[in-house]
Amino acid sequence: MDFELSKEQTMIRKMVRDFAENVIKPRTVEIDTQAKFPLDIFKQMGELGLMGIPFPEEYGGSGGDTLSYAVAVEEIGRVCGSTGLSYAANVSLGASPIYYFGTEEQKQHFLKPIAQGKVLASFGLTEPNAGSDAGGTKTTAILQNDEYVINGEKCFITNANYADTITVTAVTGKRPDGKNIISAILVPANTKGLKITSPYDKMGVRGSDTAEIILDNVHVPKENLLGDPEKGFKQFLYTLDGGRISIAALGLGIAQASLEKALAYAKERSQFGKSIANFQAIQFKLADMAMEVELARNMVYKAAWLKDHNKPFTKEAAYAKLFATETATRAANQAIQIHGGYGYMREYEVERYLRDAKLLEIGEGTSEVQRMVIARQLGC
Amino acid sequence: MNIYVLLKKTFDTEEKIAVTNGEIDSDGVEYIINPYDEYAVEEAIKQRDAHGGEVTVVTVGDEDSEKQLRTALAMGADKAVLINTEDDLEDGDQFTTAKILEAYLEDKEADLILAGNVAIDEASGQVGPRLAERLGIACVTTITGLEIDGDLAKIDKDVEGDVEKLEVNLPLLVTCQQGLNDPRYPSLPGIMKAKKKPLEELEIDDLDLEEDDLEPKTKTVDIFLPPEKEAGRVLEGEIADQVKELVSLLRNEKKVL
Ligand SMILES: Cc1cc2nc3c(=O)[nH]c(=O)nc-3n(C[C@H](O)[C@H](O)[C@H](O)COP(=O)(O)OP(=O)(O)OC[C@H]3O[C@@H](n4cnc5c(N)ncnc54)[C@H](O)[C@@H]3O)c2cc1C
Ligand SMILES: Cc1cc2nc3c(=O)[nH]c(=O)nc-3n(C[C@H](O)[C@H](O)[C@H](O)COP(=O)(O)OP(=O)(O)OC[C@H]3O[C@@H](n4cnc5c(N)ncnc54)[C@H](O)[C@@H]3O)c2cc1C
Repeated sequence: MDFELSKEQTMIRKMVRDFAENVIKPRTVEIDTQAKFPLDIFKQMGELGLMGIPFPEEYGGSGGDTLSYAVAVEEIGRVCGSTGLSYAANVSLGASPIYYFGTEEQKQHFLKPIAQGKVLASFGLTEPNAGSDAGGTKTTAILQNDEYVINGEKCFITNANYADTITVTAVTGKRPDGKNIISAILVPANTKGLKITSPYDKMGVRGSDTAEIILDNVHVPKENLLGDPEKGFKQFLYTLDGGRISIAALGLGIAQASLEKALAYAKERSQFGKSIANFQAIQFKLADMAMEVELARNMVYKAAWLKDHNKPFTKEAAYAKLFATETATRAANQAIQIHGGYGYMREYEVERYLRDAKLLEIGEGTSEVQRMVIARQLGC
Repeated sequence: MNIYVLLKKTFDTEEKIAVTNGEIDSDGVEYIINPYDEYAVEEAIKQRDAHGGEVTVVTVGDEDSEKQLRTALAMGADKAVLINTEDDLEDGDQFTTAKILEAYLEDKEADLILAGNVAIDEASGQVGPRLAERLGIACVTTITGLEIDGDLAKIDKDVEGDVEKLEVNLPLLVTCQQGLNDPRYPSLPGIMKAKKKPLEELEIDDLDLEEDDLEPKTKTVDIFLPPEKEAGRVLEGEIADQVKELVSLLRNEKKVL
């Protein structure tokens, strides 16, 4: 058993941390308070090759692995939840399904520019009446004269206002047992009939773009169907399994940041004539935070390692996502507590950690859905 | 152009220095490329991209120095050389390092050698100039600008905040000062390619050197941390009285007047 990162993984961590500290951190507060998507930061991340970490060079990637990618998300999440979420969504939801299920042509045409960091991409699964229950998808895609005509509505879609390509899930037919066949279709964002807006005022991850998409008679060539037409549902379950590792890594980053801020503050703050880090009540909080952060890290890295070694990872990705994101919320909440009244003030930033962390228990499968996935894997 | 960069690993600037039994405690410490050497790596890559040639990064260090060399390769250097003295030398000083580098570089026909202005650990700033002297080539320290035209280098040199403009012929050794450039981040493809780039490992034996040739010229007598700053004292009362008290304290207690 080897718990050490490789030389490359260590170098990637150092590079991403330096970039996050020097370029993203000075902007984090503004990204949150102004709810401003930092497009220029994404451009720089693209130039550094961060968008293509887990994809091979032939598709514009860097030929790295899932673990390296998880480490990169962790480091970005450590300074900025908004940037971390949009980054994770771009790679895991925007690019990955094309890499997993696309034809050679689709990979060259759609995946390459995403992996090279030239354009962003989104994955539109959620609908007003189909969240946890993706089987309830109402959007339809009907084949007419070699084109799919898509109608429907998607909500809460990350990065869609800035995306070049949106992978949309839609009902394309019925199976003999009466259940809907759900497929995934690549829709260029400039296609006629597509209306993308951002009507939301979010609690956290405020600088991450979140969009509503209306599809009104959107025509795309039938070649834009992604993967097996019958297996769209299975495909996005696989996509979400991978995505969960990155959301878990993001939670890990926020939890790590909460721990660091709380520890530094506890050592500095004096009450009753001593540093509050001397009080057992504070020490026990910090001890629990540190332990949970490390356990979350082990689980996230293990899930990534399993994926990199082509072993089943559905259950472990769910463990990682569930534990790391709940750890993030707990750690951020305790960080506020340790900061006392100051923690409640924006200036100290720990309140932002809590607002950002909360989203991670909802997106890419709620905590309840993770428990359902785990229970199903247990054979319940 | 045949370009060499001298690089040293140093404690991460975030590390706290601890001294145990008269030695600096290096257990579990994170190392980085000496920040001034990062300017040297960046400048070397830029000059190569403008004029062609090859950048070789050289370090005198130990097995762990490979990490910093790989980082320089990931930034864009072509080759790396690790002169590993771990098993052969007990101690060394600036003389030792310069002499080893001389032995390595004397037959390399370097056009340009770049070093950091100082290493942030011992901050002697000596290795670069000593090496230039030993190799018999020109040396300009603390440069903040470098333009090369054929055999001629046009240099901006920082002199305590002012700029001195110099023209020097190659071959040349320069030491790099803050302000020379903005070192790039190693890109992801750069990091992945770095593992395939050549990294040669040498020992002093390979350079026909023996421990006796490298005996340091200096002796470390003691290592200690600066004394903790004592709490200040705030004088109170009328200004005139405060001035009197201050003068009296300086004269009688501190005996500096
Ligand atoms: C900021 C943000 C970004 C997002 N980005 C994307 C994106 O890029 N692409 C995309 O497709 N979607 C995205 N989403 C949508 C997200 O995936 C959904 O919000 C999430 O899946 C939950 O769906 P829902 O909001 O409809 O909640 P619901 O499914 O209505 O859930 C409500 C509550 O009921 C619980 N619940 C539901 N079913 C069960 C059950 N069977 N047993 C027990 N409890 C259950 C849930 O756990 C939850 O607590 C994003 C959401 C947000 C907020
Ligand atoms: C919105 C808001 C409104 C407020 N309104 C008022 C008001 O109207 N009037 C007013 O006077 N104040 C007010 N306050 C101040 C509030 O009462 C203090 O913030 C609170 O008492 C905590 O003090 P502190 O912020 O200095 O935190 P600290 O006392 O520094 O506490 C930091 C952390 O250390 C812990 N801690 C401290 N001492 C010990 C110990 N001995 N053992 C174990 N743990 C310890 C605390 O529980 C906390 O987790 C307000 C604060 C806010 C945020």
